[in-house]
Amino acid sequence: MNDRKTMNMDKDMEPDMDTNADMDTNADKEKKQPADMNTSKKNASSQTKPKGKGKKSIIKQRLPAAVLAALSAVLLSLFPDTQNAFTSTVTSYSSEMISIFPAVLIIMGLMMVFVSNEFISRHLGSESGLKGMAVSFLLGTLPSGPLYMAFPMAAALRAKGARTANMVIFLSAWACIKIPQEMVELRFLGLKFMSLRLVFTIIFVLIMGLIIEKFDTPQKGNLEDA
Amino acid sequence: MSPTAVSINALAAAALIAAMVKSRKKTVMALKSAWKMFLSMLPMLIIIILLIGLLFGFVPEEDLKSFLGDQSGPVGVLVTAVVGALLHIPALLAFPLAASLIEKGASVTVAAAFLTTLTMIGMVTLPLEIKELGKKFALMRNGLSFIAALIISYLLGVFV
Repeated sequence: MNDRKTMNMDKDMEPDMDTNADMDTNADKEKKQPADMNTSKKNASSQTKPKGKGKKSIIKQRLPAAVLAALSAVLLSLFPDTQNAFTSTVTSYSSEMISIFPAVLIIMGLMMVFVSNEFISRHLGSESGLKGMAVSFLLGTLPSGPLYMAFPMAAALRAKGARTANMVIFLSAWACIKIPQEMVELRFLGLKFMSLRLVFTIIFVLIMGLIIEKFDTPQKGNLEDA
Repeated sequence: MSPTAVSINALAAAALIAAMVKSRKKTVMALKSAWKMFLSMLPMLIIIILLIGLLFGFVPEEDLKSFLGDQSGPVGVLVTAVVGALLHIPALLAFPLAASLIEKGASVTVAAAFLTTLTMIGMVTLPLEIKELGKKFALMRNGLSFIAALIISYLLGVFV
């Protein structure tokens, strides 16, 4: 199934990339065309996320976990006096995660489906001044997709004349300020840690936006393919 | 369950009901993508839980404290910040890891540096960012993020 999927998406790309050995390059390709992927993959398989799930990448994902599990088993049997600390920690952290992760993932899934990319693109850059910054920031916190999905959106808007500062704010908010993430941070690190880190991050993201705008405002010349 | 966990679950339930009312089809899609996110995160989830277990089983508290504790100085913070910038862990899983480090004696500054560089800086996505937004933009955003992360974590160490 994986192979078929790969062939499918390769139709409009280089024809010589249908082997598993090329999976990694394919994963890169997918990143560039997330929108295309979504439509072409829906009928190809049940996987709708552009993730590059070739056999190789599945092994690449699972192997480290398996190796670490085996290593832990060996270490624990060699040093039995560490077993108590290990099991009690693993139990408490696992149950902690189980108590919130399903809820957090459901919220992320809902946001992924109900907040469309079109919605973000439409509103991003619709305001100017301080309001524009606030909008860019808020829009960045909404999506749950990976950061690379935000680059083309930001680039397209920048080409249309959106402020560099707003794009920095949008990307940074997308990268590190997410409502579901803040909830997990709240649970594991406490209100004070979470809220202060959030406030400081917002302040520095704004400053960064203004600095980068100062040094990298695109001239007409370097906008070609942005 | 803690009050925080209860409210997170209540929020998810409320959102789910609202979504159901709005569109059943979309809600099913959302649940499916939540499940897929879970599956794609699972290997890393297992790794993180095992690492936390090993940390508590095998790393002596004094050793961790002397390198990452309150008195350990800026080297530990810098190293953690660099590690955070290079790693590619889902943020959701980084929070328990950071919490375990603090529980084991690492300073708040170290945990904050790790989390902030991890989320703000994407070395894996940097080539793509350069391609889409230009070298200057991408390098400045990631570079300044590193400096900002150090300042943020220092401030957090002072205030928390």
